[in-house]
Amino acid sequence: MQSMSFASQQRLSISLRYALLILISLIFIFPIVFMVMSSLKPDLQLLRDSASLRAFMPVGDISLNNYADAFARVPIVQFFFNSVFTTAVSVAAALWLNSMAAFSLAFLQWRGKALVLSLIIATFIVPFEVIAIPLLMVVNNLPWLGPEGFEIGWLNTYHVQIIPFIADSLGIFLFYQYFRDLPDELVEAARIDGASIWQIYARIIMPIAGPILATVAILKFLAMWNAYIWPLMTIRSEELRPIMVGLQYFFQLNTAWGEIMAYLTVVTIPVLLFYLALQRAFIESIATSGIKG
Amino acid sequence: MKKAASLLVLVVMLITVSGLASAQTELSFWYHGAGNTAEGEVFQMIVDDFNASQSDYVVVVEDFPQANYNSSIVAAAAAGDMPDIVDIDGPVFANWAWSGWLAPLSLSEGATEGLLPSAISEYQGDLYAVGLWEAAVAVFARRSVLDANDIRIPTLDEPWTADEFDAALEALQATGEFDVALDLGMVWTGEWYPYAFSPFLQSFGGDMIDRDTYLTAEGALNGPEAVAFGEWWQSLFERGLAYGTSQDGADRDTCFIDNRCALQWNGNWAGAAAAEAAGDDILFLPAPDFGHGNIIGAASWQLGLSATSEHPEGVNAFIEFALQDEYFVAFSDGNGLAPPTKDAAGLTMNYSSGAAMEVFYELSEAQGLVRPVTPGYPTMALIFEKALADIANGADVQDTLDAAVDEIDQDIEDNMGYGFEDM
Repeated sequence: MQSMSFASQQRLSISLRYALLILISLIFIFPIVFMVMSSLKPDLQLLRDSASLRAFMPVGDISLNNYADAFARVPIVQFFFNSVFTTAVSVAAALWLNSMAAFSLAFLQWRGKALVLSLIIATFIVPFEVIAIPLLMVVNNLPWLGPEGFEIGWLNTYHVQIIPFIADSLGIFLFYQYFRDLPDELVEAARIDGASIWQIYARIIMPIAGPILATVAILKFLAMWNAYIWPLMTIRSEELRPIMVGLQYFFQLNTAWGEIMAYLTVVTIPVLLFYLALQRAFIESIATSGIKG
Repeated sequence: MKKAASLLVLVVMLITVSGLASAQTELSFWYHGAGNTAEGEVFQMIVDDFNASQSDYVVVVEDFPQANYNSSIVAAAAAGDMPDIVDIDGPVFANWAWSGWLAPLSLSEGATEGLLPSAISEYQGDLYAVGLWEAAVAVFARRSVLDANDIRIPTLDEPWTADEFDAALEALQATGEFDVALDLGMVWTGEWYPYAFSPFLQSFGGDMIDRDTYLTAEGALNGPEAVAFGEWWQSLFERGLAYGTSQDGADRDTCFIDNRCALQWNGNWAGAAAAEAAGDDILFLPAPDFGHGNIIGAASWQLGLSATSEHPEGVNAFIEFALQDEYFVAFSDGNGLAPPTKDAAGLTMNYSSGAAMEVFYELSEAQGLVRPVTPGYPTMALIFEKALADIANGADVQDTLDAAVDEIDQDIEDNMGYGFEDM
């Protein structure tokens, strides 16, 4: 009788836990459902439905017209390519550069290392808005050797959207934290076996850095995919604009809400897919290193 | 031999043609309406026509999203990379001129003849920008609603008085048929507040600044007239006659169309949708007269010349070329805003005689008052917006306006009078 009661309690406890989890997941999923459902409705209906549960249901005048209109208003394919390109290159370069910097700080001995690390951490407190204008002036006077020869100024290019954001203090710090927790014996054993610094980095450390690579990749991906202010400041040509700038195309005197929802749906899918692909490693990273991205 | 000669002639021709092409000077033109397909197409048409009309210049358009267009200009100015032709929002041009980003225009005599005064932006005696369209605000109403409640339909010559307007709002609210009697668009934060609501203040006899000197807001924004305005403004929300600052954005877009607000204070860009919903019942009414005239805000987006342009004569030629009724009509039909000349208004779909929004042109002509033409306007506008929101939420009227005056005056002092007088 007692064990029955215990089993019942267990079931009740599990049921309550699941009910709570389902409630929390609904809270998180509702905005996405609202976005997708709204993307299928005309503006007036979308606005009228927004005050009721109809906002989360595919009811009324449903169509893909908003998607067609959004594609007609904004060169989505071009913007999408630009964002994928700048984000992919930035993420790849950031993983490589920041992990190397962190490797140096964690495993190599050189004078001033502690000071450099402190300076890197200190930059956390400087928001991007503070350095935006000085950075703009700097990149506007930097040289570049491209297909059209040597020129001064990086404005209105792909590389102005990528290079300033490769070195990332948060990325370096996260890698450094992770590397420091690795056993020293790994590096020592490799050194005794005659491995070079590059070999230790590439063949010993990086293969076991999957979780932190995923974490830094996700954080960098989100930052680059959501880039908005910097492209507005540095990009003149529509052909080079990233996808988030395109969102503003819909805010006219009469805002096209349905098209905005359609555009957001298109824009959000890659972010969700990217996160889902790296989800396991990301959670593992948080669990093992205590990092909260 | 003959083949070689032909080839030589072809090469010479190609070199000549490319030489001619490269002789054309490129003029960059930044436009604020990326995503506004109808408006963008008209600009492109003007550019194409201009480029085809002469051989000295080639105008190239780059369009930017409106929400952050000004940030793009600020960044370009910081980087020394301004375009030749600049698109400017009316109330901001004086700030840009004072900042040294704009140069005065030199248009031919008579080029701006017939334009609404608000489409001509002058600062310190120089012409800096001209507009190709004009926005206007009106009270949207339904004739049937006013008739049913025995409310007089106002005209430009005989607008509602303050008492009449107040009584109308009370009567409409008392019917119980509407969420609110009046939708002011409180959810539209930003420039809407000074653009749409400062005319009420001006009609009470106050203003955002003393326009005689442009050196202080003392008396204008916190004098007895301004306080009377503030108390009336606050009472709208205390009596539940209007949506407050927490208005749902969806209500702004649908309440008049769904007949949930009896009156709506809105712009001509929303006129077509309202007319479609209300049909022949629609009325676009002039602003009430609170004692010092019936006033609405004026000055929309305009074209100007960048101070760093090396080809001002080309820019002037382009802007002058754009000032044609044909283009005014195309813009008006495309973006729904009013054209800047009477002749063009008569040719448009929406503003010609008998058309649904005909009255808006008259409103612009008769009631339009530009926002204070001073470089301090952008800062002043933010302070004014906050003060109005605070008063709507119950803040003490006199204290709030006094604080706003202090802030505006401090900004003017910090900027040494913005060029109106050495302080």
